[in-house]
Amino acid sequence: MTGTISITKGPEFSRIMGLGVARGENVVPNADIIGPIDSSDEWIRKMTGIVTRVRAAEGTEMIDLAERASREAIANAGIEPSQIDTVIVSTITFPHITPGAAPVLADRLGATPAAAFDISAACAGYCYGVGQADALVRAGQSTYVLVVGAEKMSDYIDPTDRSISFLLGDGAGAVVIGPSETAGIGPTIWGSDGAGAGLVGQTHSWTEVRNGASFPTLRQEGPSVFKWAAFDMAPIALKAIAAAGLTPSDIDAFIPHQANMRIIDQMVKQIGLPSSVAIGRDIVDSGNTSAASIPLAAERLYRDGAVKSGDIALQIGFGAGLVYAAQVIVLP
Amino acid sequence: MALSEQEVLAGLAEIVVEETGVDTADVQLDKSFTDDLDIDSLSMMTIVTLAEEKFEVRIPDEEVKNLVTVGDAVSYISSAQA
Repeated sequence: MTGTISITKGPEFSRIMGLGVARGENVVPNADIIGPIDSSDEWIRKMTGIVTRVRAAEGTEMIDLAERASREAIANAGIEPSQIDTVIVSTITFPHITPGAAPVLADRLGATPAAAFDISAACAGYCYGVGQADALVRAGQSTYVLVVGAEKMSDYIDPTDRSISFLLGDGAGAVVIGPSETAGIGPTIWGSDGAGAGLVGQTHSWTEVRNGASFPTLRQEGPSVFKWAAFDMAPIALKAIAAAGLTPSDIDAFIPHQANMRIIDQMVKQIGLPSSVAIGRDIVDSGNTSAASIPLAAERLYRDGAVKSGDIALQIGFGAGLVYAAQVIVLP
Repeated sequence: MALSEQEVLAGLAEIVVEETGVDTADVQLDKSFTDDLDIDSLSMMTIVTLAEEKFEVRIPDEEVKNLVTVGDAVSYISSAQA
């Protein structure tokens, strides 16, 4: 029996329609966390640029941060929650292997029966989500996609860990992506290097915990991760700029994952961005919020008056996996 | 093209000075990166990466802790070039 199937065809372009954020309620200065790691405010500022990190208050869960950010993004996009037909949550801190955070969030928002799935791509999760949403909209598979990077990193911190604990914060950043008359999202350049899987991540597996090991926490080989991010990510960023048909001088804002200020500074050098480019440096006050860090840094740039609607931004995420993703976007 | 140890030292000193702002005269073979030149682990990785590019050698991450002095780094780069 032969037949032909029909397929969907979407709009030519997609764009980010609205942004929303939620930060952990507590602003935690370096002084509050240096004791158990035998460090100093000066050392943390010098090594990472961090002055404070935001942490969720008692009783605030990762899904609560995701919901607050999502409601703001949906309102800023000028649509109703019921119009969202796809929910993507990028996270590594939803405390269940299943169900995923996305269907729970969709239910809370009133977006049921939206398609809903989580992305586990660590600090590249937000850019993975934006790339996925762009493809879904332009394929005609989805109309309005909610992409949320949401993390409660503080649930997985060992306060005595000197490699990563002091960097980490809690927060969520959400965007609604939908159809557009003009190009709003450039091609996503993404990839992985699983040979580096041991460089950053959970100390040990859940089955080891079941067999008697302690609750697992996050750690990293800091210098190795620094080297990879600071130097190997610049060519990816340049590819994303070229794929969007642009050159570095066309970029208005650079919004990298907020891993470490020293990484950001080296990336700016390696990419060769002009001094006129606004640079996301939210890590100073928010810390490293993993999948939430790029949308939080974008919000901070708006709040500081450093960017405006219509500006062209290069965003790049990179992290545990190792995984990475970058794209040029038009700021909503 | 293998360089002499003197040329490697000069090339490495350029990188160290650019990254840290120390005086070229301070970058001597017997100087410890951490204790004498006050270079932290992230600056060390930057120096190693730039040296890999300049001298067209590979310096594995696990090797870096063995490069205690400038002389250790010069020896390693010189051998890797051979």
